[in-house]
Amino acid sequence: MNSVILSTATRVLLPILLLFSVFILIRGHQEPGGGFVGGLIASMAFALYTIAHGVAHARQIFPLSPTVFIITGLSFALFSGLMGLFVGLPAFTGLWGAYEFPVLGPLSTPLLFDIGVYLVVFGASTSIIFTLKLKE
Amino acid sequence: MNAIVIAPIVFPLILGLITLSLWQNRRLQEIANLIGSFIFLLIGVLLLYQVLNEGILVTQAGNWAAPFGISIVADTFSSIMVLITVVMAFAIAIYSISSMRKSRHICDMTNKRQQFGYYPLLNIMYMGINGAFLTGDLFNMYVWFEVMLISSFILLSLDGTKLQLEGTFKYVTINLISSAFFLIGVGFLYGLTGTLNMADLAVKIHEVENQAMVTVVAMFFLICFGIKAAVFPLFFWLPASYHTPPISISAIFAGMLTKVGVYSLIRVFTLIFIGDIGYTHTLILWISGFTMFVGVLGAASQYDMRRILSFHIISQIGYMIMGLALYTPLAIAGAIFYIMHHIIVKANLFLVSGLVKRLGGSYDVRKVGGLVNTYPFLGVMFLIPALSLAGIPPLSGFWSKLFVVKAALDLHSYFIVFVALLVGLLTLYSMTKIWNEAFWKNDPGKCSSEKQIPGLFARQNVFMSVAIIMLATITLAIGFYPEPFFQVADRAATELMNPQNYINTVLGGVQ
Amino acid sequence: MLILLALIIGFLYAASIYMFLRRSIMKLVLGIIFLSHATNLLLFVTGGLRSGAPAFTNADGTVDLSTISDPLPQALILTAIVIGLGITAFSLVLIYRFYKETGTVDLDELTESDKT
Repeated sequence: MNSVILSTATRVLLPILLLFSVFILIRGHQEPGGGFVGGLIASMAFALYTIAHGVAHARQIFPLSPTVFIITGLSFALFSGLMGLFVGLPAFTGLWGAYEFPVLGPLSTPLLFDIGVYLVVFGASTSIIFTLKLKE
Repeated sequence: MNAIVIAPIVFPLILGLITLSLWQNRRLQEIANLIGSFIFLLIGVLLLYQVLNEGILVTQAGNWAAPFGISIVADTFSSIMVLITVVMAFAIAIYSISSMRKSRHICDMTNKRQQFGYYPLLNIMYMGINGAFLTGDLFNMYVWFEVMLISSFILLSLDGTKLQLEGTFKYVTINLISSAFFLIGVGFLYGLTGTLNMADLAVKIHEVENQAMVTVVAMFFLICFGIKAAVFPLFFWLPASYHTPPISISAIFAGMLTKVGVYSLIRVFTLIFIGDIGYTHTLILWISGFTMFVGVLGAASQYDMRRILSFHIISQIGYMIMGLALYTPLAIAGAIFYIMHHIIVKANLFLVSGLVKRLGGSYDVRKVGGLVNTYPFLGVMFLIPALSLAGIPPLSGFWSKLFVVKAALDLHSYFIVFVALLVGLLTLYSMTKIWNEAFWKNDPGKCSSEKQIPGLFARQNVFMSVAIIMLATITLAIGFYPEPFFQVADRAATELMNPQNYINTVLGGVQ
Repeated sequence: MLILLALIIGFLYAASIYMFLRRSIMKLVLGIIFLSHATNLLLFVTGGLRSGAPAFTNADGTVDLSTISDPLPQALILTAIVIGLGITAFSLVLIYRFYKETGTVDLDELTESDKT
């Protein structure tokens, strides 16, 4: 698609949407939001960019293969589940750190899991978008 | 703590991630998968060993107490199933090294498939299968079913040929309907009892006033698991789809996936739905008779090796369901023994047919021939599982049929005994057909005369042969030395028939 | 409300079965989607239909069961919806590939894999 308005707007929207997705991810800890929605918003940012500039361009500003995101995300999620085992509790037990960070709150395995979900959803959606767009 | 209980679920995910990250390098992926499958095998052995020594093992995921959280339970029956899964995973890992290579004689074995994630998907599928075996929660079982199904959908359609896509379509549609039945059953059951933990359900289901409704829900589960297990009126998807993918995928599907359905049937109809045995189990007995008979008749009309074998899966499922329907300790033990024997033998037959295709040139038994002259050893390797499937003593199939039939005789159910024995005879007929056509008669084609075909142990075939020999050895071991296998099956059956121990361990075992 | 939901669920099941019986593959997939939606709604009803209050315990730890509905089935539906999403996406891609490969979307022509 060749639209000047869209391509100009996308340049501004891409970083804002990515930032917003991270905000949603962290907010999901106590309020509506979370990794799934965050990952979808982040992939929407790239979908917009892909529609405006084409797959080749999108791949340029997106240096890693989507598969890498899926693998990293799954590893995060898996690791967060196994953390419980290392401290002698059943697997998948939620653990919270003692120190409260200003924005993040305490570090915890649910947060790690959520980041994992974010990465998996992001990776999977972008790979679907790239594949479908290439088919056109 | 019991980390070993979740190891069979978590480990394949780790292995899947490793093989996924190596997906650019086929050689490394193969090596990683082979080593990983070996560790997987050790995990399975360790789990069964621990369960046999210490009794039922439970871990409460997330440290939530039993009826509220998801319990992961390993009793003898689940550990047996997990052990067979890992044995199959190991055999397939070996077999795939050769079978996934490009061969001059097989054009459908392109290595495109591997790049699309053959190994990662296989491992994720093992995770789903083991999850379904080990979970103690009905909804969680649904989730594991879906994990298993989605990976199997993609494995079925990986190569993207017309036939495969068509087979996949039938498989996907019927399995989605089955999943919907599962969810409806889960919904009603939750509405009736307010719990989904299977041990808790086993207690609460007897307190439900409306027992007629419980039987209705039981029928939902019978249909759902019946579709997955391919029992009588619901089996038509199986012969339409199992012969389409590459042979190593067919083998693992034929061995494992329908047996997940049988496992769930046995689990649910020995633990939860035992209030109206006179109705449910009699119905299952009728189904089992029809399943056996129709399956074997279907096989008689086929000439493609994979399709003959696919129909035999159906008829063999009948024997297992028959064991469940008779509902005595011996019958259940027989059914479990049957599952052990069947998975090994059936998968092995598929693997052999892959080698027949590679060496003889076709899956169609009419087009190949004379293999016993060129490859006498392959003939032996075919005969062991084939005769075992038909139930010729002293191979493993004989014992498994013997236990089930003995249980039926004890109950004076002579009609089902008659059907079972007749089906055994017809199975022998089918196996003889393959033997006569593919191995015994003269080679009708030009395939072998044109050029020297590499032998069984040539470099590109050796791993296929090794996997087949490994499984054949297990068959012989079960056949000549059935005592320890039967003892384990008997112990599993005793646990299933006296669910109180299971219930107490799950509900009381909060650490 | 219960009667309305029951009617909707029944209608969705009827629609999905009607769609299954059509010859077009696309309609079959629509049927699958209806089926999963109907099932999700059915699960939703099992949690009880009480509106207006979130499913939290009171500050003193007591629970007023007359005002809240059971939150568990809603969590189950969430899982089922996500799984349904994945499966729907897969079947759509499958149809697309199938159409590209064969040029037909007629279910009656899916006989190749059943021939002896």
